[in-house]
Amino acid sequence: MIALDIFGITNNGLLAITALLTGFALVALAMWIAKLISPRSFNPQKGEAYECGIPTRGKSMSQFKVGYYLFAILFLMFDVETVFLYPWAVRMRELGADGLISIAVFFGVLVLGLVYAWRKGALEWK
Amino acid sequence: MQDFSTITDAIHSFLLSFLPGWLTTTVECVLIGVGLLLVYALLALFYIYYERKVCAAFQCRIGPNRVGPWGLLQSFADMFKILIKELIHLNHIDKFLFALAPYLVIIASMLAFAVLPWGNGLQIIDFNIGIFFLVAVSSIGVLGILLAGWSSNNKFTLIGALRSGAQMVSYELSIGLSVLTMVCLAGTMSVGGIVEEQSDLWFIFKGHIPALIAFVIYMIAGTAETNRGPFDLPEAESELTAGYHTEYSGIHFGFFYLAEYLNLFIVAGVASLLFLGGWMPLHIPGWDTFNHIMDYIPSVVWFIGKAIVLSFVIIWFKWTFPRLRIDQLLSLEWKYLLPINLFNLVLMVCIIVFGWHF
Repeated sequence: MIALDIFGITNNGLLAITALLTGFALVALAMWIAKLISPRSFNPQKGEAYECGIPTRGKSMSQFKVGYYLFAILFLMFDVETVFLYPWAVRMRELGADGLISIAVFFGVLVLGLVYAWRKGALEWK
Repeated sequence: MQDFSTITDAIHSFLLSFLPGWLTTTVECVLIGVGLLLVYALLALFYIYYERKVCAAFQCRIGPNRVGPWGLLQSFADMFKILIKELIHLNHIDKFLFALAPYLVIIASMLAFAVLPWGNGLQIIDFNIGIFFLVAVSSIGVLGILLAGWSSNNKFTLIGALRSGAQMVSYELSIGLSVLTMVCLAGTMSVGGIVEEQSDLWFIFKGHIPALIAFVIYMIAGTAETNRGPFDLPEAESELTAGYHTEYSGIHFGFFYLAEYLNLFIVAGVASLLFLGGWMPLHIPGWDTFNHIMDYIPSVVWFIGKAIVLSFVIIWFKWTFPRLRIDQLLSLEWKYLLPINLFNLVLMVCIIVFGWHF
């Protein structure tokens, strides 16, 4: 077995929190330095939304195309099913025929879902 | 083969000689954090330089060549310049979400960065579900992008963020499924375990045709996942100015830029972990002398070398293919890559279970 634990720290959660805090520190530090050395000026026109030269019309945080939702829902379905396949993938050799048959049924439902969405035209961008 | 755990163990026992246990752990965590930060920043700067040089070569230009020898200090100069740029305060934005978005993007890439197998004994986080953790944390980034686009209160950013969201969630499926295919072959989700499984032969050779198909799909999906190359329509400059980060200025924009390059490295790193053996040297069964010579090359050089070669391929995509349209992008994923991927998974299972070989 190859030595994997750095510094003998076996608590991976601690290391994950370290990495998380490092990411946080990177942004916070850089923002702090930038606030110290960058110039500051104020002008009401400067804070307006970026546009082609005219003021923005209407609200920007508004409704948008429903097609994005459709793909988000499809993603949710397929991604959750993929997540269920992972544990089986690890133990595939031990589970043998039993596991294979049960996962084949599950996989069949997944493929049926894709075929259904396809036939319904949910994969078309309209 | 050299082992970095001897160095870390030496530091560990040196610290333990005059510090109590809990303080030693704290100091070591700080050391890990500082190391991560340095490597993260240096790699991002290197990648900015690398991309500019490669792009210049494709366009028959010289690229950056004024600041430092061969322009090597160009990205350092750029970093300092971006730090002294003004952070513009906008009028009608959601201030909290606007400030939160860069944190999410950077933290997602930092967590994924820490899981990569850097070298023998030089891997920071090693969960037994490591590769799954990697897929999970890298999907936090899309939240940052969606928040950035929504909170900026601008129509360009909103459209950019939605496109990016649709693109990243779609291609995450392909990434997840091709990773799953390789997990079937490896029989473990631990990153260290996957590397160890490849000590005799890399998975791309071991896994026959399904591994090759999974590799191609992973590279395509990885390019889309980083919003690069032919899939950069979230920030299509001819129609959306700069996409989801149009309203960000100064270092605030710099974080998105940094994370984009780091994600490029992470995608290339994961590809080299899953298909090209992580830090494992190239071993060919039977060629003992050859294997022995390969062992002399340090493991860190192997890992970073593989990642840089694979990122060259991704940069190559960017400067070769024209940009896709959103409907083409989504149909490529849902009508081509996803069915191929599902079929590929079945093929891989058949090869493992029934021992079919081609």
